[in-house]
Amino acid sequence: MMSKPDDRRTASRPDPEPLAARRSEARAQLIPDDSISFLASLRLRMPAPIRLRELIRTIRTARTQAEEREMIQKECAAIRSSFREEDNTYRCRNVAKLLYMHMLGYPAHFGQLECLKLIASQKFTDKRIGYLGAMLLLDERQDVHLLMTNCIKNDLNHSTQYVQGLALCTLGCMGSSEMCRDLAGEVEKLLKTSNSYLRKKAALCAVHVIRKVPELMEMFLPATKNLLSEKNHGVLHTSVVLLTEMCERSPDMLTHFRKLVPQLVRILKNLIMSGYSPEHDVSGISDPFLQVRILRLLRILGKNDDDSSEAMNDILAQVATNTETSKNVGNAILYETVLTIMDIKSESGLRVLAINILGRFLLNNDKNIRYVALTSLLKTVQTDHNAVQRHRSTIVDCLKDLDVSIKRRAMELSFALVNGNNIRGMMKELLYFLDSCDPEFKADCASGVFLAAEKYAPSKRWHIDTIMRVLTTAGSYVRDDSVPNLIQLITNSVEMHAYTVQRLYKALLDDISQQPLVQVASWCIGEYGDLLVSGQCEEEEPIQVTEDEVLDVLEGLLVSNLSTPVTRGYSLTAIMKLSTRFSSVNRIKKVVSIYGSSIDVELQQRAVEYNALFKKYDHMRPALLERMPIMEKTASNGPTEIVQTNGETEPSAVEPKHPPLVTQPTNQANDLLDLLGGNDVVPVIQTTMPTKPASAGGELLDLLGDLSLTGGPTPVPAPSVPTSQPPFLLDGLSSQPLFNDIAAAGIPSMTAYNKNGLKIDFTFERANPNPNIAVITIHATNSTEAEMTDFVFQAAVPKTFQLQLLSPSSNVVPALNQGTVTQVIRVLNQQKQQLRMRIKLTYTHKGSAVQDLAEVNNFPPQSWQ
Amino acid sequence: MMQFMLLFSRQGKLRLQKWYVPLSDKEKKKITRELVQTILARKPKMCSFLEWRDLKIVYKRYASLYFCCAIENQDNELITLEIIHRYVELLDKYFGSVCELDIIFNFEKAYFILDEFLLGGEAQETSKKNVLKAIEQADLLQESQSEDWGSLPNEEIL
Repeated sequence: MMSKPDDRRTASRPDPEPLAARRSEARAQLIPDDSISFLASLRLRMPAPIRLRELIRTIRTARTQAEEREMIQKECAAIRSSFREEDNTYRCRNVAKLLYMHMLGYPAHFGQLECLKLIASQKFTDKRIGYLGAMLLLDERQDVHLLMTNCIKNDLNHSTQYVQGLALCTLGCMGSSEMCRDLAGEVEKLLKTSNSYLRKKAALCAVHVIRKVPELMEMFLPATKNLLSEKNHGVLHTSVVLLTEMCERSPDMLTHFRKLVPQLVRILKNLIMSGYSPEHDVSGISDPFLQVRILRLLRILGKNDDDSSEAMNDILAQVATNTETSKNVGNAILYETVLTIMDIKSESGLRVLAINILGRFLLNNDKNIRYVALTSLLKTVQTDHNAVQRHRSTIVDCLKDLDVSIKRRAMELSFALVNGNNIRGMMKELLYFLDSCDPEFKADCASGVFLAAEKYAPSKRWHIDTIMRVLTTAGSYVRDDSVPNLIQLITNSVEMHAYTVQRLYKALLDDISQQPLVQVASWCIGEYGDLLVSGQCEEEEPIQVTEDEVLDVLEGLLVSNLSTPVTRGYSLTAIMKLSTRFSSVNRIKKVVSIYGSSIDVELQQRAVEYNALFKKYDHMRPALLERMPIMEKTASNGPTEIVQTNGETEPSAVEPKHPPLVTQPTNQANDLLDLLGGNDVVPVIQTTMPTKPASAGGELLDLLGDLSLTGGPTPVPAPSVPTSQPPFLLDGLSSQPLFNDIAAAGIPSMTAYNKNGLKIDFTFERANPNPNIAVITIHATNSTEAEMTDFVFQAAVPKTFQLQLLSPSSNVVPALNQGTVTQVIRVLNQQKQQLRMRIKLTYTHKGSAVQDLAEVNNFPPQSWQ
Repeated sequence: MMQFMLLFSRQGKLRLQKWYVPLSDKEKKKITRELVQTILARKPKMCSFLEWRDLKIVYKRYASLYFCCAIENQDNELITLEIIHRYVELLDKYFGSVCELDIIFNFEKAYFILDEFLLGGEAQETSKKNVLKAIEQADLLQESQSEDWGSLPNEEIL
């Protein structure tokens, strides 16, 4: 018997059976090998491609990346020629090899069409490899994947269930929305079959279809009718998954399926109570996968529903008490049970049971269990605070765990548990944690400490001490907005000023590398330097320090390489402030004049201005550099709130890095306007800016960083946009503004602008509760025959006002007065000055861009008096 | 649902990748590289879970292979560990004391087994016996077809 020259057997394959041997015999060559070379020219057939396992073996012998690449390239070339030859016999082998090379990271896109050919083949091996290739190589973003649709449709109706299974699997794994739309009907049919092998796959395929095309969910509803009556666990499991998906997506479905609760409870009960079932047993527990999914579905069905919650109460208690906890599988079920108990309307006894389970988890040796416990406790700490408090010491112990994820969870949970009673003890632990934790935690921990201290500080001194501790141990990790927050806190703790400045000064002597500490310290020394040198501290032993020593330290900051530009700004300003508190004014004057020629533009500007203060405005200097008054706390959601300092209107976080130092006495308002070169406009602050959840100062920073006179519409949909749209908008049917200015404070409306067909009217209201805020609604209409697109309205007001521009109703002003664009402006006019406004309009009209500026001075007196 | 599963060696070589969400090849490569790096850097004492982007990663090492799954926030991490374990048991039963080499040389079979156990990122069959039976039957179908069709013998196809 002649064996074929390319006959190779893999080591893992058994010897061929007699049947195969006979076949080889039948394929014995009719022309002997020694005649091959002579007849080579007559043969058009290529030698059979190298086998998959042989290729894998060969590639693994490569000693370098380059060698591997060479082998791969050679084989790819061979495969490509083979594909070109349309060889049906070896296509399967070639695609399999391609998939192997693809896993190594090499491109394999030229095999995509071949996968489709394999899928279309009648041979099962071809289909298997073809579908596998499709799932690995085809991408729903390329149209070529749609060519699969017809094959899948045929295979879904194939006579062999394993072929149907392949099709369902592929569709359920990677079906695009278009494919799902085309094939949903077939899937629905198979969902009703009695063949459990197919039914379970169809259920998960339906889940995928619903995820891709949610509108199709309805069509699967009838088929779900008796899914839960199945005995087959595979079908039960996938059915529960399908029901869960439907309930999560549609409140109607949820209501509809609530009636299944008793049935689900029964199934779960059977699983727990039934004896040993070898088929589904995992460490003594019967089908934990199904149990977990049922518990999850019960959670969804029981949420916010008293009846359902009551119906499942018993079974939850039973699972919670009877489940074996020695292995992970039991704990997995308990975990899911706890989540369900906490989410539904369970009795308090059950809730306590759940928290106690979590408490036990915390003591488990298995770190995975501890992790999961901390995560769950974090979720429940708000609602069941007291119960979680009982486990506080265990939680705090977890701060010392070696695992990073556990530490983080423990930290978050610890902060959540801090209250007025345990603040001292907790803070000790947390500060210790702050000292020793990894850098990735320090910022969050520091912020947490500050927040907790602010809420629960037992005394001002304790508070300041805590802050000092954080600044000295984790000073470089505190967030930027901590600095202004701390400054405000210190300012408001009037009796602690001497103590604070002394401690900060001492800290500076030790270490000037931590910028936030240095910044806060500089600021304090600038403010309270007089208390420092006069040795007034009551809380601790006052230190002896001279004015020169203090100035040495501050000047040292200016020249040090460790100081950032921001820090330098702080220290220069602090030095300047000391000119009214210290007697060594000449020294200060010298320093200030030196920095008038600093390379750093910010420092230079400050120095020049301070110089000007010394020279031309010395009479103003004491008032300007006066001690800062108590600051009102800014609201934590920043941008719309306005904070008053010294009776002036100035957003307190305007320059978080440069505290509001230059205050403007009212009678000097106009002078200042002139001084600053007629730049009398204040930038407009939008409310609908990006809603990144930053902290207060940070958020404001983003806004101001972004500022130009943009009064235009932002495409970002802010989740909590206040009612910027008065109810009479957007119908576009009437050109007359349907406002009701009589019902408002009786302020007459006015035309602010009327040019080139664009007319802008202002209507007024008083905002409640603050009568100093005037709410102006602009109404823009267009009387020309062409619409105005990209319409942007911008406004600016003098510095003594605060202005806020909300989103416009649209940025297209329809032609021929067929509609109005409205936008709301809020103006805070603390000083009751006459309202003036400069507006800028830009729009596109008949293809060309139009821009216009105008002054609006004809505000009715009632709008600002 | 499970968004993807990766199997990789201790040297970071990918042995199997199953994606249940549509991503470009480039994105898949990036994610794989990042995750492999992250997981290989973890110490043995650390827990099997980590937060990564907006997903939860569950991983476990069996001999020289890391099994790594990405699940969504509502999914149960502990049961995912059981899923991974079940898959390893299935491979073990099929190959007989499975080792990394088996998965390297028979990766297509590893995929076939996975596709009988999970579908669309969820478990389709909770009985070990039924999964193995289905694979066995499919293999037999493949054998019998090649006999009937008179083409290459089954063991010579690939």
